[in-house]
Amino acid sequence: MGRITLDKVTKSFGEVNVIPPLDLTINDGEFVVFVGPSGCGKSTLLRLIAGLEDVTSGQIRIDGDDATRMPPAQRRLAMVFQSYALYPHMSVRKNIAFPMKMAGIPEDEQKRRIDSAAKALNLTDYLDRRPGQLSGGQRQRVAIGRAIVREPSAFLFDEPLSNLDAALRVGMRLEIMELHKRLATTMIYVTHDQVEAMTMADKIVVLRAGNIEQVGSPLELYREPRNEFVAGFIGSPKMNIFGGNPAQQHGAAKIGVRPEHISASTEAGTWEGVVGVAEHLGSDTFLHVHQTGLADTVTVRVDGELPVKHGDRIFLTPEADKIHRFNEQGLRA
Amino acid sequence: MATQHARSAARLMLAPAVILLLGWMLVPLTMTLVFSFKKYLPLRGGDLGWVGFENYIRFVTSSAFWPSIWATLIIVGGVLVITIAFGIALALLLDQPMWGQGIVRILVIAPFFVMPTVSALVWKNMFMDPVNGLFAHLWQFFGAEPIQWLSQASLPSIIMIVSWQWLPFATLILLTAIQSLDSEQIEAAEMDGAPWRSRFIYIILPHLSRAITIVLLIQTIFLLGIFAEIFVTTQGSFGTRTLTYLIYQRVLESQNVGLGSAGGIYAVILANIIAIFLMRIVGKNLDA
Repeated sequence: MGRITLDKVTKSFGEVNVIPPLDLTINDGEFVVFVGPSGCGKSTLLRLIAGLEDVTSGQIRIDGDDATRMPPAQRRLAMVFQSYALYPHMSVRKNIAFPMKMAGIPEDEQKRRIDSAAKALNLTDYLDRRPGQLSGGQRQRVAIGRAIVREPSAFLFDEPLSNLDAALRVGMRLEIMELHKRLATTMIYVTHDQVEAMTMADKIVVLRAGNIEQVGSPLELYREPRNEFVAGFIGSPKMNIFGGNPAQQHGAAKIGVRPEHISASTEAGTWEGVVGVAEHLGSDTFLHVHQTGLADTVTVRVDGELPVKHGDRIFLTPEADKIHRFNEQGLRA
Repeated sequence: MATQHARSAARLMLAPAVILLLGWMLVPLTMTLVFSFKKYLPLRGGDLGWVGFENYIRFVTSSAFWPSIWATLIIVGGVLVITIAFGIALALLLDQPMWGQGIVRILVIAPFFVMPTVSALVWKNMFMDPVNGLFAHLWQFFGAEPIQWLSQASLPSIIMIVSWQWLPFATLILLTAIQSLDSEQIEAAEMDGAPWRSRFIYIILPHLSRAITIVLLIQTIFLLGIFAEIFVTTQGSFGTRTLTYLIYQRVLESQNVGLGSAGGIYAVILANIIAIFLMRIVGKNLDA
C-alpha cells in the first residue's frame, strides 16, 4: 500500500511562503512526477512528504494514517537523494544493509534481501567495494538498492539522474521505470526535466511557485494544457505562443502552437518568415524562423530532408485544430 | 614545472628557505649531540672534556627519570582524551544554527590566543587558589573544604589548564570537519530509521575520523613539550615533573649542560617513537 494524501499543506520558511495551501492525492502504485522550474517548491514538497521538513499547516496522510508529525523513519518511505547520500566509509553491502540493521531485521533475512537487490540491480560484483570506487550509475543503483530492501510503501526520488551524463540518464530512466513495473510500488519522482516527466510518469504534477498548475497524465498535459505556463513547460521544443493580431483572429488573447503542429513550405502558407538557425537531428529538423511578425522566433519542426538553409524565405501553416487559445489571465479558453 | 629549466629555477628559488630551515634545525641538534657526550658544568669549571655515554646512563638511572616519563604520558594522554571528547561535543553544538553564532564561535576559539604562561597564571591565581580562587569559593558555598588544587590534585590541575588551552584547536578542526559532512547523508540515515545515537556512531564519527587523527597527531607533538604551564604553577613538584621539565632542571637548576643534553636527545627519540607509532596506527586513516 502507498496512498499519500496532502490536505491543505502549507510550508513557510520564516516570512517566505514557499507552498501555499496545496491538496494532492497520490494513489497506490502510481508513478507521480513533480516537475517545474528550479525554485518552484517541488523538492520542498517531496521533503515534506518524507518528513525531512515540518509542514507549517495542513495534514499529510499515508495509507489513511495521519503522518503529519511522524518522524521520517516511521513513514515507511524510502528516498533516493540527488547526491545519492551513500555512506562513504561503508562497503556497498553495508550501505544496503544499513536501514535493515536499524530496523533490527535478522542477519539471514538481511543477506537474502541484499542478494536479491544486488542481483536485480547488477551490483553482485561490487558488494564489497566502497562507494568511492564506483561510477555514477553504480552509485545510483546502490542508492536505489538501499531503498528497495526496506520494502517501503512508497519511493521518493529527488532529481536522482541530474548528476549522470546524458547516455547514462536514459539508461537509468528505463531501469527505474522497469523497477516500478516490477514492484508496483508508489513512486514520487522530482525533476526539472520535462522529458523525464513525460516519459516516466503515470501522473505529472506541474508546479510553479509552490502552486499546482496542473495534474494529469503526460498526454493530457500535452493535449490540453490548462494554462500558458503548462503549455510552455510541457513539450520539447517549447510551444510557440503569440499575442496580438494573429491571436485575435482566433478570438483569444494569446494562442499557442507546438512546433510539430506547424507545417512549413517554400511556396505558400499562412505566415511568412526568414529561416534563422536550422537544427538538424537527422529524423527531424528544428527551424528557428524570424521576421514573421508573430514573435521574435517561431520554432517549427519539419522533415529532416527539407532543403532549407539560413536566410531562405519560408511559409508556415498551423494545423487549425491544434491551436491552443488562452485568455488574458493565461488560462485555457 | 614541466621543463628542465623551470625545475632548476624552482630549486634555486627554494634553496634559501630550505637552507635556512635546515640550519635552524641542524645547528641546535648538533650542539645538543656534542654537549651530550661532554661533562659540561658552566659554573663549576665549564667544559671538562669528553665522557662518552656517561651522561646518557646517568640520565636514565636517575630516580627522577621514569616518573617523569609517566607524568608526561599521563598529561599528554589526559589532554588528548579531554580535548577530543569535549571537542566533538562542542563542535556538534556549534554546528547547530543558533542566535549569535559568530560571537559564540569567536569566544570558543579565544583561549587559543592566550599565551600559555598567562593562562596558567590566570588559572593558578583566579580559579585554583585555595583561599581566594573561584573554585575555593564554590566549594565553600556548598560547605566543602576547598581543594588545594596544585598540590593535592596537581596532575589533574595541569591537565585541566592545558586542555582548556587546546580545546579550541580540537573544536575548530572538528567543527570544520562536521560542516563538511553532506547533510543529505544525515537525512538519508534519518530516513533509514537511524536514531540520533546511531547517526552519530555510524555516520558522524566515521566522517570525523580523519579530523580526529589530525588533532591527535598535532596535539601529541606539541603536548610532549609543554613547559610554561608547569613552570608557573607547580615548578615540577607534586609529581608534575615531565621529561621536558626534568631536562630544564638538569640544565639550569643543576647547571649540568651535558646531562640535560643527553635528556634532550632522549626526548627527541621519544617524540620520534611516538610519532612513528601514531603514524602507523592512524596513517592509513590519512591515505584515502
